Amino acid sequence: MKYEMVAGFETHIELATNTKIFCSCTTEFGADSNTHCCPICIGLPGTLPKLNRQAVKYAIMAGLATNCEIANISKMDRKNYCYPDLPKAYQISQYDKPLCEHGYVQLSNGKKIRLTRIHIEEDAGKLIHKRGDTYIDYNRGGVPLIEIVSEPDIRSVEEAKEYVEKLQQIMRYIGISDCKMQEGSMRCDVNISVRPVGSEQLGTRTEIKNMNSITFIGKAMEYEFGRQVDLIESGGKVEQQTLRYDDVTNTTSSMRGKEDANDYRYFRDPDLVTISVTDEEIDELRAKIPELPFQKQERYVSEMGLNEKDAQNIAKYRKIAEFFETASKGIKNPKTAANFIIGQIFRRLETESDKEEFNIAVTAEQLRELIELLDSGKIRNNLAKSTLEKMLDTGKSFSEFISESDLAGMDENTLNELCKKAVEANPKAVADYRNGKQKALKSIVGFVMKESRGRADAAAAEAKILELIG
Amino acid sequence: MAEGKIKYYSKMLETKEISCSELTESFLTAIENANSDLNAYVKVTPETAMETAKAVDEKIARGEKLAPLEGIPMTLKDNISTKEIETTCCSKILGGYKPIYNATVWETLSASNAVLLGKTNMDEFAMGSSSETSCFGGASNPHNIDHVAGGSSGGVASAVGGNIAVYGLGSDTGGSIRQPASFCGIVGLKPTYGAVSRFGLIAYASSFDQIGPITTTVEDVAIVFDAISEYDKMDSTSQGRKGEPTVNSLKNDIKGMRIGIPREYLDGIKDEVRLAVENACEVYRSLGAEIVYFDLPALKYALPVYYILACAEASSNLGRYDGIRYGYRTESYKDVNEMICKTRSEGFGAEVKRRILLGTYVLSAGYYDAYYKKAQNLRGSIVNAFKNAFQNCDVILAPTVPMTAFEKGNAISDPIETYLTDICTVPVNIAGLPGVSVPCGFDGKGLPIGMQLIGNTFCESRILNAAWQFENAVGSEVFKSSKYGVKI
Repeated sequence: MKYEMVAGFETHIELATNTKIFCSCTTEFGADSNTHCCPICIGLPGTLPKLNRQAVKYAIMAGLATNCEIANISKMDRKNYCYPDLPKAYQISQYDKPLCEHGYVQLSNGKKIRLTRIHIEEDAGKLIHKRGDTYIDYNRGGVPLIEIVSEPDIRSVEEAKEYVEKLQQIMRYIGISDCKMQEGSMRCDVNISVRPVGSEQLGTRTEIKNMNSITFIGKAMEYEFGRQVDLIESGGKVEQQTLRYDDVTNTTSSMRGKEDANDYRYFRDPDLVTISVTDEEIDELRAKIPELPFQKQERYVSEMGLNEKDAQNIAKYRKIAEFFETASKGIKNPKTAANFIIGQIFRRLETESDKEEFNIAVTAEQLRELIELLDSGKIRNNLAKSTLEKMLDTGKSFSEFISESDLAGMDENTLNELCKKAVEANPKAVADYRNGKQKALKSIVGFVMKESRGRADAAAAEAKILELIG
Repeated sequence: MAEGKIKYYSKMLETKEISCSELTESFLTAIENANSDLNAYVKVTPETAMETAKAVDEKIARGEKLAPLEGIPMTLKDNISTKEIETTCCSKILGGYKPIYNATVWETLSASNAVLLGKTNMDEFAMGSSSETSCFGGASNPHNIDHVAGGSSGGVASAVGGNIAVYGLGSDTGGSIRQPASFCGIVGLKPTYGAVSRFGLIAYASSFDQIGPITTTVEDVAIVFDAISEYDKMDSTSQGRKGEPTVNSLKNDIKGMRIGIPREYLDGIKDEVRLAVENACEVYRSLGAEIVYFDLPALKYALPVYYILACAEASSNLGRYDGIRYGYRTESYKDVNEMICKTRSEGFGAEVKRRILLGTYVLSAGYYDAYYKKAQNLRGSIVNAFKNAFQNCDVILAPTVPMTAFEKGNAISDPIETYLTDICTVPVNIAGLPGVSVPCGFDGKGLPIGMQLIGNTFCESRILNAAWQFENAVGSEVFKSSKYGVKI
């Protein structure tokens, strides 16, 4: 029998607010343990939470960017459970009135992955196990999170990966999170079940907790899919349970079964007042949502003549897309700018985070000037490329590397002289050409280009040479 | 008794009749003498008290004017956080816990040199009606030490009634200020929910808890309330006092004031208490007020609504006491789970455990709708019932407690019977209203009887005005000084 995968995601994303969700401690990552804490975020007796409005705004932006309905009235609830990293023994979260509901993320195959809801909540601290002891770092406690819950609409590992990538791109684009999976600012719980192809019924699901890399999400899902199929094929039953994934052995193992599931005893947090959001506020936030990567990608293809792949590569990173748009403003063919970015600039940005941060020495305006020069025919492509490399190395403008005489171009007489010289200097090539070897012409033109240090117009040179030898 | 103690002592300080150090010393000495009988204080803070007194004396010497509460010796219930001073809620589980920050009310009062004599006794985590669930043992009634001071703010009431503090701050979740004030023959105000910041008040039931003053006179209660009822940005539910200081309206004429009495409040009330309240009605009539009787049937749900919701919130609020970060930790354990279980089993007393279990139960999957949700809906009905009632009257008059102070030991032996004694006080907390208890007589044994005046939200001025007029009319008949404490 053939089986299909059915998966849904619960994705936690840390919001890029300056301060925590219920106190004024900084949210900065990487400080010494327990230095970003106060009586409120370590839950000392008598302290009270105060909701950071910026977290609400960011969550609404996440909702708007994923086509959600935004609730005008919402509230905070307590999710009660006991764990040493949770200093109040409850997490302040949202239960039955989340800020955002009924959204979707569209995949490149056109399929919409529906989002059930997006809600805000506080992060917990972190347990650190060292030399047989356990330590608690509460720096992360109280950092604002959104949890994005999807419907079980995902049918393959590819869709899963694209879904997570899309979320990551969108959230980075709207600037509400850096979504660094390796630092834990984006984490996924994957709910996964299998069923015979064609079946409408959902199988029993398992939940793989706390995945922090897209690669591992793929591997874990593949493994878990295989495990569930094998289990059913051999007459067994999938048990509802929570799993952890071991990236060394590439297997999943049980954390807890259904019978150990927590009863969170949700109830409204009496310390916090109703969250009201006006339509005006929502409109203001909507105005702040920039054009999103897939929208840009579409436009780059349809309006700017880029191919699908280049458009995707550029649109994926907000800073690169902005650079591209500025560099190609008013340019005849935006593809030129795209080619420089993908050819010369991408080579210098090896990792994802390099591309995300996009620290390069050349401004978009400087690149545009160079392209304008190229388009005006004053310099040739090779010179432009080598000049861009020098500009990227030094951060200096093109004028440092291209001389007045380079820019002066070449008058007809000089070109004629140069072409004559080329014909004289390459008797073999001339002979070859006359014997029907078309390619030989290129090498004669190449001589002219080399002699002129790229200043000559290759097409004009070719015409002149043909005139001389044809 | 219309002239309060606060103004009296303040004047003595300003006229240099007595220095603040001398005044403070006399209170500290009185505590030393009386506390073994009253068990009002669980922690006395002579050093900080004398230090503050010295600062006040220097200010007086420089000829500077004093703020209304400056230099006045006072106390705080042991659930109000005081920086570097042990704050235990009279629970073993918070043994040794010293807060690293001040509750907003204490931040405000200490900024104007209130002289903190110490922290006072209470029922463990404010759960109880006699202060006997305290891990330090109960506080005694200053009029008869075989009887309780009431609870949960029994220590404050015992200290103020026993003249070993001029005033104190308590907290009232289901009657914990008004009931002990009533038992000890003094005045206690539970402000409107949101009038006084809860920041730093160790939570019992967050949507009910409110800090308020306990004093010997209405004027004093008004002065202290005015001082602590500021909006606090640290408490999202805080709104602060609305309108001008309540002291300004104490002496207003109450001719034509409509005083409502819901008949339900007089059901099951001991005769002596009912008579005292009916006498108060006569006093009000003589002052020109109108007494109107009406029905408030929603009140019959008040007790179950209160105990379900308050316990639910408590079960969550008290989850944090796990022995990991502060307070008591059990001595031996194999792993963290056992450590938490043993710490909580050993650290909490029976009444607290009972309420945590009850609260956990009513929030559990499968029971939530039948208990918590239903109680929440009924809370809404009670809020509306009061809202409607205040369309027909200006204030509501009722007994504070159906009886006078219990004999020691009785409250502990039958918890359900004791829960029932909260019948008159809990409706105010459910609806978030202000209520003030004022003395209105004595029973046959000479134990004080209290009545409460209940107002619409943020109408403290009106109930204190009515309370002051009553006190002014009958003062000496309903007030008697305890044999204990400072007699200056």
